[in-house]
Amino acid sequence: MGRVEGKVAFITGAARGQGRSHAIRLAQEGADIIAVDLLEAIPGAPYAAATQEDLDETVRQVEALDRRIVASKADVRDYEGLKKALDDGVAELGRLDIVSANAGISTQMAPTDELTEDMWQNMIDTNLTGVWHTAKAAIPHLKAGGRGGAIILTSSEAGIKGYANIAHYVSAKHGVVGLMRTLAIELAPDMIRVNSIHPTQVDTDMIMNEATYRLFAPNLENPTREDFAPASQATNTLPIPWVEAVDISNAVLFLASDEARYVTGVPLPVDAGCFLK
Amino acid sequence: MGQLDGKVAFITGAARGQGRSHAITLAKEGADIIAIDVCKQVDTVPYPGATSEDLQETVRQVEALDRRIIASEVDIRDYAGLKTAVDQGVADLGRLDIVVSQAGISTPAPTLEMDEETWQTMIDVNLTGQWHTVKAAVPHIVSGGRGGAVVITSSLAALIANANTAHYSAAKAGLVGLMRVLAVELAPQSIRVNTIHPTTVNTDMILNEPTYKLFRPDLATPTRADFEVAALTLNKLPIAGVEPIDISNAVLYLVGDSGRYVTGTTHVVDAGGQL
Repeated sequence: MGRVEGKVAFITGAARGQGRSHAIRLAQEGADIIAVDLLEAIPGAPYAAATQEDLDETVRQVEALDRRIVASKADVRDYEGLKKALDDGVAELGRLDIVSANAGISTQMAPTDELTEDMWQNMIDTNLTGVWHTAKAAIPHLKAGGRGGAIILTSSEAGIKGYANIAHYVSAKHGVVGLMRTLAIELAPDMIRVNSIHPTQVDTDMIMNEATYRLFAPNLENPTREDFAPASQATNTLPIPWVEAVDISNAVLFLASDEARYVTGVPLPVDAGCFLK
Repeated sequence: MGQLDGKVAFITGAARGQGRSHAITLAKEGADIIAIDVCKQVDTVPYPGATSEDLQETVRQVEALDRRIIASEVDIRDYAGLKTAVDQGVADLGRLDIVVSQAGISTPAPTLEMDEETWQTMIDVNLTGQWHTVKAAVPHIVSGGRGGAVVITSSLAALIANANTAHYSAAKAGLVGLMRVLAVELAPQSIRVNTIHPTTVNTDMILNEPTYKLFRPDLATPTRADFEVAALTLNKLPIAGVEPIDISNAVLYLVGDSGRYVTGTTHVVDAGGQL
């Protein structure tokens, strides 16, 4: 008997990285999956976009676990498109219990007074407004089920601490905490729980690129993953440079399962003690 | 295959309530248990203390799961006695991986009317007792060289204010400071330290008339039903309290592989109480 047996989970940003890991982890524990991803270049992002092949691979891995998955291309900035993708998924799989608002971007970085309008707006549109769109599209389905539910918003260590040169990212991720707390109050009467997760650096494409390496090792000309490791480790208290996607998935699973049936309104760190530094 | 196969956990306050629930939950996942409880009435505490029979029931339930358990009656205010109990348990079971510092008391009283003994007993048990616990136990985790996990039971009272619990809130908030410093000190050995912050849990420490009166000062002889009306308002989810298993599931999340990179956190299980 899986820990989320018979439930259906909606996951954004599910083509690769943390989103794919969440899909697989929840499917391992018995959930069917509704997966969406942008599958297009993100303006100003210093890393390659997820592809249709990536999303196909998520589908393949979930189906290999004998779970159902409905996957489609959708942009969290486009509420109508996102809503349609979710509505279609619920129509096919019959219910909705779990929401993982995971989709997010990292873009060019700069001191706050040098951020451009575009850099700011792109970030807020995806990492904050996109999360609101995700919750807005999902809440009617959760309420209609009448069985409660769990919404997990992926924030960041940058949602509970400040970091130089990424004011747009820090502001969006802090904003997610405010959204989470308000949703937790609004949805508590329906036993729908809402929590956020705050990872330190995770070993995914969004982090493992030269722009992030430079943010952490600004004194080096062409920093590599090897240069990034000690600088990243210095932000953590535990002697590790970063966590793996599955560590975030295990937190998602805890929050989504009945083990956390009375946990709501909580910003949950998975941060190797980063907050203590 | 349990999540904690081959591991050993030390649990204080294990005779009943949350402590017993933790022992059973960790044993179900494969851990052997070193259990202690004072099993005596603590002065100033207005509800019946755990008994030797309670502790024996924990032993029975863990052994029924085919796990080993070493149980003894010790007061966490007595460091030497506590250390002897842990040392003996580790000698018998061979190692130590997990510490759950759970033992605690509740003695509601208005701040300005509280007597010295009520204040001091609270600090001695709910703060100094936890320091004794980690001081006695953690060296065994360090010497194992395999890392490990410490969970300290704090409370929602460390994060939000309720009247008539100044000593309790001070002790429970002090535990957060203790936890954060320990997390920094023990990180190089990959030993993780976190606190848990429950709302009201349905145990003997909460389900008693002094607590009912704390929540319902408007009534002369409040019942559990009267208490639950007030306790409901503390939470955002429509429940009056959580069960010990809900805290045990949080302990398991933190001490298992799911928490391998989680340290220094205040882990809240409060039905939205802090919102």
